[in-house]
Amino acid sequence: MSEITSAEWTAILLSLRVAMIATLVATPFGIALAFLLARRDFWGKSILDAMVHLPLVLPPVVTGYLLLLALGRRGFVGAWLAENLGIVFAFRWTGAALACGVMSFPLLVRPIRLSIEAVDRRLEQAASTLGAAPWRVFATVTLPLALPGILAGMVLGFAKAIGEFGATITFVANIPGETQTISSAIYSLIQTPDGDAAAMRLVLVSIVIATVALIASEWFARRATQRLHGN
Amino acid sequence: MLRVDIKKQLGEFMLEAAFASEGRVTGLFGASGAGKTSLINMIAGLLRPDRGVIALDGEILDDTANGVHVPPHRRRIGYVFQDARLFPHMNVAQNLDYGRRMNGLADDAAQQKRVTDLLDIGHLLDRRPGKLSGGERQRVALGRALLSKPRLLLLDEPLGSLDEGRKVEILPYLVRLRDEANVPMVYVSHDAGEMRQLATQVVMLKRGRVMAFGGIEVLPGG
Repeated sequence: MSEITSAEWTAILLSLRVAMIATLVATPFGIALAFLLARRDFWGKSILDAMVHLPLVLPPVVTGYLLLLALGRRGFVGAWLAENLGIVFAFRWTGAALACGVMSFPLLVRPIRLSIEAVDRRLEQAASTLGAAPWRVFATVTLPLALPGILAGMVLGFAKAIGEFGATITFVANIPGETQTISSAIYSLIQTPDGDAAAMRLVLVSIVIATVALIASEWFARRATQRLHGN
Repeated sequence: MLRVDIKKQLGEFMLEAAFASEGRVTGLFGASGAGKTSLINMIAGLLRPDRGVIALDGEILDDTANGVHVPPHRRRIGYVFQDARLFPHMNVAQNLDYGRRMNGLADDAAQQKRVTDLLDIGHLLDRRPGKLSGGERQRVALGRALLSKPRLLLLDEPLGSLDEGRKVEILPYLVRLRDEANVPMVYVSHDAGEMRQLATQVVMLKRGRVMAFGGIEVLPGG
């Protein structure tokens, strides 16, 4: 099998960038939401929970189309953002990152929520009697103890984001160098005569990235579990 | 001085306690289920009374009539739990230093040495809580609470999770603490023997009511 061409590199690097940005931007929101869902009771909690999980059960094309309706150049939010803040998502790599972030969000939130629920609240009480205000209890006790779940959520979200196809291609199309990720490149290559070899190379790259991500998540989880048990 | 005058519905029974204690060690004595832990959780601010007042050295901590509730982190009341509750992701030194950091207190090496010497935990500083024995864990928890420089120290059956041999090992530290640390304490136990050795005043609780209040002579079997 011959070498990876520069066009393929472009798709690979774009995929990595899109998935990384999507994960990094989504994580703080994911932690905040996971904390709300794990620890607070409020009106509309089950509706919020359902909304977060919606991208998991909706056809990706539907999510992508909804993003296009809302955030496309003529979309009600998109038009406002473009006019007032100069931010455009449609047919840009940032739009791909947004689509991937939305699609991977439920997978990111779930492990974080479970790990926050697993943090012993008696330790948080102990911290408060030692003089820690609620936000410092969160920063010094809850967050470090929930770290395994946060890392697991980030890896899972990243893996989902790098493989995302339906919502991305619907929202930002398949423009080489701008929005053509590994998945959409493979899709194009399969439909091209003589594209099989190139498609196979990208398939192998996908497998390598996914495997590395899984090994990394296992490693983080094991280290963090050791911390959790105080050894 | 600690002044408590509260009412709190706890499941089937009503906890009603009123006392004012000047003692160095106020013992809360009673069988399990008498309301002892709920009472000191209220003193710590972890639980809110339905009605009543809690005051320490003239400062009102809870006053339901006037909607006053000082949150636990502003009370400067140390708490040693039955199950130690050391932070598993920090070593012993970091656990000991936690209260000082959270209260924004200056580093006080002399005080830290006094406390670690008093409790014989100087050799454990690098260890993780998972590598400590039950008795060592409880001593570190005591040190951690003391080093946050509390105005009052609450101890909820700190010997409760230890076997007899370990209890004998820890009790002398508690006596030294009472005589040297200069922090008033509230000591919860269902063990009359422990009470007799430690308490200077005793509040006897039974099913949520104060049955007796006085010196250690109110303890049964004495």
